[in-house]
Amino acid sequence: MKELTFGTLIAVFEEIFGHGLWWFMVAVAVAITTLYLYVLIRDRSMSMRKFLWAQLSMPFGAIASVLYVQTMTSSHFRDIGGPIDVIVLLGVAVMGAIGCAILVYTIQSLLHEKSEQSLAGE
Amino acid sequence: MSRYPGFNTSRRSLLKLAAAVGATGTLGLATQSQAAKRIATRARIVIVGAGAAGTTLANRLVERLEGAEIMLVDGRQDHYYQPGFSLIAAGLKTPEYSITKTRDWLPSGVTLIAEPAAAIDPVAKTVSTASNKTLEYDFLVVAPGLVLDHGAIEGFSLDMVGKNGIGALYAGPEYAGRTWEAASKFTEEGGVGLFTRPSTEMKCAGAPLKHTFLIDDIASRSGAKGKYEAHYACPQNVLFSVPIVSEKVRMLFNSRNIATHYSHTLKAIDPGRKIAFFETPATTSPAVGSGTSIAELPYDYIHIIPPQRAPEVIRQSGLSWADKWTDQGWVECDQKTLRHLRYPQIFALGDVAGVPKGKTAASVKWQVPVVEDHLVATIEGREGTETYDGYTSCPLITRVGQAMLVEFDYHNDLVPSFPGVIAPLEELWISWLMKEVALKATYSAMLRGKA
Repeated sequence: MKELTFGTLIAVFEEIFGHGLWWFMVAVAVAITTLYLYVLIRDRSMSMRKFLWAQLSMPFGAIASVLYVQTMTSSHFRDIGGPIDVIVLLGVAVMGAIGCAILVYTIQSLLHEKSEQSLAGE
Repeated sequence: MSRYPGFNTSRRSLLKLAAAVGATGTLGLATQSQAAKRIATRARIVIVGAGAAGTTLANRLVERLEGAEIMLVDGRQDHYYQPGFSLIAAGLKTPEYSITKTRDWLPSGVTLIAEPAAAIDPVAKTVSTASNKTLEYDFLVVAPGLVLDHGAIEGFSLDMVGKNGIGALYAGPEYAGRTWEAASKFTEEGGVGLFTRPSTEMKCAGAPLKHTFLIDDIASRSGAKGKYEAHYACPQNVLFSVPIVSEKVRMLFNSRNIATHYSHTLKAIDPGRKIAFFETPATTSPAVGSGTSIAELPYDYIHIIPPQRAPEVIRQSGLSWADKWTDQGWVECDQKTLRHLRYPQIFALGDVAGVPKGKTAASVKWQVPVVEDHLVATIEGREGTETYDGYTSCPLITRVGQAMLVEFDYHNDLVPSFPGVIAPLEELWISWLMKEVALKATYSAMLRGKA
């Protein structure tokens, strides 16, 4: 590979997931992130109770994202052949975990605004 | 209930983040506008062939030249993403995966003459098309690819592909799809799988190995498990032209119990009896003397890759080497600049170039900027400086989910793109990801002249 540009990287992801699905996923990710930022700004603090649930969801997000990528690329755990493969696998897992945590936190914040505020003693 | 510690977020920090993102975008645009410095010329440039090489060059020349008349001559409507054929022939992709329209890749400002080139006159500097149209040129780039000489295999014709255990994935996406029909039957029922390669130069010399590895891997996990044999027969005495890679493949074949038959050139098949006939060197008996003999190998599935040659239009034009590859007709050119040795206004690109290595899309990616540089330099009245050192790359699939990212040059040296990160001779998942998903994206970027 001669050079890896941002445009090529986008094209790679379009190739993995298909044009429509990739941009749908980007749109969903942007929407969730925007909502996450919205609830952070709205509440002016981060609730550790919600964050606890978010953290508990992280392993599930990690496993789901790894299985999803493997399905989309005709791969299995047996294909891990060297350190770089472990790093890529962990990278996918970490991204899945963080994404899941943000999703869970945001959903809780949107659904339980008032009760959480009272719990936090604001 | 105690108050949990937390961090505060403000609208101001959010605005800072937005500003940073905006600045990054602006920088990207600035870099793009700087690149747009085009050279005014009225040069007539004819490119024979609108495959990977011709299309990539056309897209790049349009960016470099202002006022040039660029003509592409190619009769084929469809553009084939050929690195996908191995995946199609293993049932991992459908034939549509590799098919796009030639026209969709071409920039405006380029004329596509949608008919095959019929003759090239390098002295009069003209290209004639099938309908007797004559194109005059100042510069000619020959990039017509190569032809598969299926007729050289006696008893075989393309209409047999997909039936009676016969595969031939090189012939195109449809044939790659039919190859999987025959191969998948083998992976379920077992028997003898026989994988071949030709004695001539060939495009992607790793593909015969990839098909062997993939079908063996799928068979070992399907109905054929424990009921099949895999045999690899090649005219050469090695498995790959680069010695260190050949050794690695030899070890992998041993570990997978794939039997190897060196010095075996496929000459004919008997589809009825399912027997393949190979020319082999003289027998060991001194009484018989030197010469060749015919060896028979039975098969339940055979993968045929025929001899490969330059297209007839090239071989008739007097552009081929006179003393090398005389049965194949590759274009005589300097191996560093790809410029024709007798006609300096002619360049060769891609499969047709008479250079020791480089009949792959990866080679095209490295070759095109070199030809572009020397062509544009000549227009400007200076010497070009870029050189091609034989770089080629082969994501050598060793099973579904793993590959070795083998990259090498004219000197048989390994030239890894990611030294210390992606080991070239390791079977890795990341190398598989590169072949299965990243390659097509980078190929598309290349076609558009962007990478």
